[in-house]
Amino acid sequence: MTQHDDQHGHPAGDAHAAHHEIGWFEKYFYSTDHKTIGLQYMITGMLLAILGAFMAYVFRMQLAFPGQSVPGFGVVSPGQYNMLITNHGTIMIFWVAMPVLVAGFGNYLIPLMIGADDMVFPRLNRLSYQIFFLSALVLLTSLVVQNGGFGGAWTAYPPLSANRDFNLTPLGSSLWLVAVALEFVAFLLGGINFIVTSMNSRAPGMKAFDVPIVVWCIVIASVLFMTSVGPLIAGAVMLLFDQTLGTSFFNPNRGGDPILWQHLFWFFGHPEVYVVLLPAMGIVAEVMTVFARKKLFAYKTVIYTIIATGVLSFFVWAHHQFVAGIDPRMANIFTVTTLLISIPIAEMCFVYIATLYGGAIKFSTPMLWALAFMAEFLVGGVTGIYLGASGLDVFFHDTYFVIAHFHYTFFPIAIIATMSGITMWFPKMFGRHLNEFWGKVHFWGTIIPFNGIFIPLFILGAAGEHRRVFDYHNFPHLDTPELQAMRIFATVSLLVMLAFQPIFIINYVHSLFRGRKAENNPWKANTLEWSTSSPPPHGNWPELPTCYRGPYEYSHPGRELDYWPQDEKA
Amino acid sequence: MRPIATTRSALGMPTGRLAVWWVIVSEIVIFGGLLACYVMNRVSHVEWGEQASHTNTWAGAFNTLVLLSSSLSAVLAHKAASEGNGPKAARLLYTTCLGGLTFLIVKSFEWTHEIREGFVLQSGGFWSYYYVAAGLHAFHVICGMLVMIWVASSAKKNQDLHRVENVGIYWHFVDLVWIFLFPLLYIAK
Repeated sequence: MTQHDDQHGHPAGDAHAAHHEIGWFEKYFYSTDHKTIGLQYMITGMLLAILGAFMAYVFRMQLAFPGQSVPGFGVVSPGQYNMLITNHGTIMIFWVAMPVLVAGFGNYLIPLMIGADDMVFPRLNRLSYQIFFLSALVLLTSLVVQNGGFGGAWTAYPPLSANRDFNLTPLGSSLWLVAVALEFVAFLLGGINFIVTSMNSRAPGMKAFDVPIVVWCIVIASVLFMTSVGPLIAGAVMLLFDQTLGTSFFNPNRGGDPILWQHLFWFFGHPEVYVVLLPAMGIVAEVMTVFARKKLFAYKTVIYTIIATGVLSFFVWAHHQFVAGIDPRMANIFTVTTLLISIPIAEMCFVYIATLYGGAIKFSTPMLWALAFMAEFLVGGVTGIYLGASGLDVFFHDTYFVIAHFHYTFFPIAIIATMSGITMWFPKMFGRHLNEFWGKVHFWGTIIPFNGIFIPLFILGAAGEHRRVFDYHNFPHLDTPELQAMRIFATVSLLVMLAFQPIFIINYVHSLFRGRKAENNPWKANTLEWSTSSPPPHGNWPELPTCYRGPYEYSHPGRELDYWPQDEKA
Repeated sequence: MRPIATTRSALGMPTGRLAVWWVIVSEIVIFGGLLACYVMNRVSHVEWGEQASHTNTWAGAFNTLVLLSSSLSAVLAHKAASEGNGPKAARLLYTTCLGGLTFLIVKSFEWTHEIREGFVLQSGGFWSYYYVAAGLHAFHVICGMLVMIWVASSAKKNQDLHRVENVGIYWHFVDLVWIFLFPLLYIAK
């Protein structure tokens, strides 16, 4: 489907290209190069993360100091509070975790790791980013239109989301829905590209089991996304019609069914957790093997485990509806499937620990982030078992225990694993090193306050504190002044964590221009992307590599070097 | 210039065809989700049967015949393309488009009639699903026709003949969706 593309083709064999100067705009904003598109996704996602973090700051300040003016925002109204929590969740999942982990790393790493010069459909790839960018603009617009942004939570349950008399944001809620739908289209296009590229365009000699784990993870995540999002796309159209045309798909007064939306949303929403978890797991696997100088323990088992996780993730969604009035017998079944899915995930954790065992571990910044991912994600996973059991979930549902649980999964995924990946591949992306010392300062300054934010929330949730409450003083049975100190502690921890983030931004920008020059393979790693120059040229290699072995041949017995690049002739 | 990646075929299947299959996978879940919602609601709402009785089964049957027949010329176009006869493949693709056009014309008459009778998108649960599902399908028919015209225009000049097969696969999928829609929306009263 790719036509002749004379602007971005290889200069060789294209006489016209020699005369065609690629302008600055075309190079950075209209490029078909997978590396540029990957960086565009990553940088857009990271900029929106700043907005998402700002929202978290405002509503945490409101919870700690209710009714007082928040510096940089002002007094928070109830409507604004709902808008802030809704869009914090939406942005962090759909516009930060997805673009950075799946689209960003996927675009950047897949062609380089499988030894191809680009994605199979470069122009489709560009279109994918453009639609994503448009979706971000629509979302930002939805925040500033008349009556304000959508405030019906990132899950958008009807009837609140479907009826403008309830949500009071007729424009905001429709624009929000359009933005989410556009974003799905962008990732569907990108996902097809990822899957086809890795299936068909591997370097000569690279068999399916020579592909690095992170590529496997991103491809399986793309398959999961593609096969779970369809019903929600149909559901989004139905909800949009309910909002704007007066249909009654989800309106119980006129024969509709509001629970139907919950099923459509979570049939996508739960596999979505694994869509972002798998790339994070993959990044961590790459980092751990490189910095422990060990072969990945049980490579094939990991792949089968990923596939098992993917399949199981389609059968757990109704654990979000335990209190929505579903049949208790169905709740029993979904309790079992939910508890079952902890088995493959636990297996992966044990495999990673076995990989570390006896390795020559080097505590570099990427490795610290990878180890922290394991430790923190484990807390999130274990608390998930409480919530998966329907009996306990009836008590914990919609409390801060749930908030703490999924932040202990999503924060390691979207921030910790992303940081591990960025610090790992920064030398490849820009040809320069990040500063190690400030990287470690940023690491500890993020990890310690992160636990300070969410451990109190576990306790608050277990004490029965409900989420999505603007001001507890308005609800006498929820008003617990004795717990206020814990809320303040969580908020102050957040302030500390946010205060450490400029260190990363400054380190990043400073290293782009002044960082120590990076050679082709600074970490002495095996995978193919390290065999080209840093940063790789357009087309990735002057001559595309051939693959001779698996990606994790570290400390091979009888070999002088402790690594064995995939493209080195036997 | 096409990247080298596009010309590789580690799996043994041409890249374009592989991509079309994945497009179809993503489409199956979109229609699958919508139809699953419809069927589950239909089972629990007896009154939808009465609403459904106002649809024109004969028009639906005729359209089924037209759409299925149009796949024949798509297959013949693939045969012509694999024999290297681009102009013939293009003519056959245009024939398929004609089938799609007939389908849409019949559908527009049908919908005009139903809307005049007062059955609109908001008239009840059945009608909401009827218009959304058939409308989404019609949208796919239109997209398929546009892509087919684009493919035919290059096939006429004997360029990119492999695309003739790819657009044909997509067209068969659009047919297949209709095979599910016709009994669910027209026959089940």
